[in-house]
Amino acid sequence: MFTKFFIKLLKKDYEESRYNVKKRLKSILAHDRLAINSNILEKMHMEILNVVSKYVELDPKKIEFSVETDNKIKTISLIANISIKRIIYLDKV
Amino acid sequence: MARVIVITSGKGGVGKTTTTANLGMCLAKLGYETILIDADTGLRNLDLLLGLENRVIYTALEVVSGECRLEQALIKDKHYNRLSLLSTSQNHTKNDISEDSICFLINLLHKKADYILIDSPAGIEKGFYRAISSAKEALVITTPEITSVRDADRVIGLLQSHNINNISLIINRIRHKMIRQNEMMSVQDVTEVLAIPLVGVIPEDEKVIISTNKGEPIVLEEHFSVSSLAFEDIARRLNGQDIGFKNLDYFYPTHLEFLKKIFFKSF
Repeated sequence: MFTKFFIKLLKKDYEESRYNVKKRLKSILAHDRLAINSNILEKMHMEILNVVSKYVELDPKKIEFSVETDNKIKTISLIANISIKRIIYLDKV
Repeated sequence: MARVIVITSGKGGVGKTTTTANLGMCLAKLGYETILIDADTGLRNLDLLLGLENRVIYTALEVVSGECRLEQALIKDKHYNRLSLLSTSQNHTKNDISEDSICFLINLLHKKADYILIDSPAGIEKGFYRAISSAKEALVITTPEITSVRDADRVIGLLQSHNINNISLIINRIRHKMIRQNEMMSVQDVTEVLAIPLVGVIPEDEKVIISTNKGEPIVLEEHFSVSSLAFEDIARRLNGQDIGFKNLDYFYPTHLEFLKKIFFKSF
């Protein structure tokens, strides 16, 4: 009983399971909340590519889309990595 | 016009049916015509909690198919005749009631009641969508456990995408002693994470099991219990009364506080 008491005195707050579970919950919810329907994501990709390809010529093999969360600043971002072959110079812009 | 409120949670076993039974009883006690709808087709339980299992003869299915009148399927409660129960299907048949029929029945019931509480099944499949289809408000039940909070978050998202924006939170099965030892998420933690208004906090109570055994909701008990007080508070808050949350430290004192209480009382 006494050892238990001393362990408790020495134990820091963050070792208690409440803080642990809250951290886990927040990170799992961040993932859950950004779960987008894959059809919608695909549609969005196509539309973004359509717009971008008006102005630049794209390399279709080197296109990456990802949705990422930053737990520290609590934001969700869409990261698009698009390689450009060359820039199309439009006369009528 | 009745207020149609769906009681849902995502995860099973967090206390949807118990809450529905007790809230319905409290609302009837406050003098409101209340109708409880068990939308859990095939696995109905609400009749057991109310002790009405022997009186269920007709269900919503029979009303829709024209075998009986709506009044015959509405079972009056033993204690309060303002409270009635509508089961959606017989337990032994697998026939499902359609979403349209539920909406049709609720439209009929609108004139008869002040409150219509719909007990939704667990999960987010067809039965869930059927339960929320005609509701305007929702009560989301969760326990302070990571699994049920996660499911509650998902359910809140689904409710919002179905244009149910009046959503309130009930946190059930709180263990105050564990919260004090920082071994369980507190009420503040859960409301902070889920970010919807809190309408009730119900402590874990063994007496609920006893009342389920008897088939009488705990709010009928004459003896004081923390959980029945919590249910009564929720019913009043639903009615728009501004009632503060009880300080659970009072009901679950630490050893030191307990001694203090005895000491000061005896002098």
